[in-house]
Amino acid sequence: MYKKEIEEQLKELQHKLSNLKSNIPNDDVIRINPLIKELEENAVKLKTELYSKLTPTERVQLARHPKRPTTLDYIKYLIKDFIQFHGDRRHLNDHAIIGGVGIFEGIPVTVIGHQKGRGTKDNIKRNFGSAHPEGYRKALRLMKQAEKFNRPILLFIDTPAAYPGIGAEERGQAEAIAFNIYEMFTLKTQMISIITGEGGSGGALGLGIADRVFMLTNTFYSVIPPEGCASILWKDARRSDEAAKALKIDPEIILQFGVIDDIIDEPQCGAHEDHENAANQIRKKLLVTLEELFQYSIEDLLEQRYNKYRKIGQFREN
Amino acid sequence: MANLFIKCPNCGTTHFQKILAKSLYVCPDCNFHHRMHAWSRIHITVDKNTFKEIDKKMKSADPLGFPTYEDRLKKAMKETGENEAVICGEATIEKIPVALFVMETRFIMASMGSVVGEKITRLFEYALEKKIPVVGFCASGGARMQEGILSLMQMAKTSAAVKKHSDAGLLYIPVLCHPTTGGVTASFAYLGDIIIAEPKALIGFAGPRVIEQTINQKLPEGFQRAEFLLEHGMLDKVVPRSMMRETLANILKIHQLSNKVKKKYRIEQYGLK
Repeated sequence: MYKKEIEEQLKELQHKLSNLKSNIPNDDVIRINPLIKELEENAVKLKTELYSKLTPTERVQLARHPKRPTTLDYIKYLIKDFIQFHGDRRHLNDHAIIGGVGIFEGIPVTVIGHQKGRGTKDNIKRNFGSAHPEGYRKALRLMKQAEKFNRPILLFIDTPAAYPGIGAEERGQAEAIAFNIYEMFTLKTQMISIITGEGGSGGALGLGIADRVFMLTNTFYSVIPPEGCASILWKDARRSDEAAKALKIDPEIILQFGVIDDIIDEPQCGAHEDHENAANQIRKKLLVTLEELFQYSIEDLLEQRYNKYRKIGQFREN
Repeated sequence: MANLFIKCPNCGTTHFQKILAKSLYVCPDCNFHHRMHAWSRIHITVDKNTFKEIDKKMKSADPLGFPTYEDRLKKAMKETGENEAVICGEATIEKIPVALFVMETRFIMASMGSVVGEKITRLFEYALEKKIPVVGFCASGGARMQEGILSLMQMAKTSAAVKKHSDAGLLYIPVLCHPTTGGVTASFAYLGDIIIAEPKALIGFAGPRVIEQTINQKLPEGFQRAEFLLEHGMLDKVVPRSMMRETLANILKIHQLSNKVKKKYRIEQYGLK
């Protein structure tokens, strides 16, 4: 049961505790230490409760948490010598999707991901992680480059949606996403995609075709934002709670449907509280997955990639 | 088809259904292209009695147990007499064999769930096996949210099938009809070799209402209409309904001929087959 207020109170409590600890007069240590210990244990218990048994809506709130690590944060921890490249060579450079090359555990890789901002100014520049067609076209350009130079591609997904605006429509938002999906099925290199925050429908899928797809614990993947679903179904965006439940957007259920391959555990306090450990979890998963993918020939890889998506869906035939 | 009279949503004039049918459901007064039933579309497009339907029996499950979905499916089936929102099959157009799909907007706005995704994927796989082109009349409100993430994944599945068909050098012509939006535009509808649209069809990724709410301003006149998209370079051609069959036949003929010429050339020049 995640509540933002409780999270803040908890943080204040922990802060006070650590202040107290460093200011205890020497002769009081024996008397006060057990008290502090008890309080600390309580805080840990509270924390565990805070981030467990999340309702779908709480999950959505956590996935959108302003302090969650962004793609550039993960790159900082995971990729050595990262160089960012820009532009789609057609129209402009979209700041809502970033990409470049670097070295992951000794392996040259191409990294591409949605990029949300920190703070209002940065978020406006990044358009809150909602890309225009140029973002998707830049991503594809960098993916083709990776294919040419035999680099595995690492994709980080965190977007509310592809941007619904006039310019985006004029310049073919739908075409850009469709074309990415289409081309990603035959890119002759290893591809891994991770949902690190919001998996917002087509905007996510435009970076979402890969040999292996993972979700972090506190993320969701949905065909439509719960608010949008509620306003279409019940003409009332405030019923997003119900919609979030009905849409089944939790990693566990998405995994059961065969849409993703595994869930990457976040640190207990959530990725937003501990960027480095979240990155470490991702590093472990990427390493074993790349090792596995390197064993297959490119032909096998492409066939597996096709079959993985070919199977998805449920219907009746009699 | 029970309605004797049909009112034009564009100019408000009321016409006999029979008269409207004769004009291919194009308003004789204002040239507005009414939505067409999928079967009427098939009849005016393909050579007489050549259409053979595939996967007719496939029906939707309710994988999420989504509130009221079962009822909506039942109602749609009753109202349309169809099992789902797309009709797939094989036919000929001016004697050229094609795989054809036609989406039925009366069925939950022809939104794409598992069945629509699977039927379209199978049609492309069938066309690939038979080495024939695909012609598809698209119209859809987008992904079917009642099937959640499974409907989003149909975008991936169908796009992959289109790619396989395309990589074999085969032709695909989507015809975008009113309205084509959301997940369908962001997948197979926009992945054709030649993309045609009907006049005034609304085509876009996001619906106009969503865009208006996001940017908080009125949208320009004609925004997201076929003619607007043609001007922005997003379509190959806007073709009136009365010319559709002829135009499709012409494109199909040129492609069939170019295959024949290539074969002939290879045999004459190099003795290859």
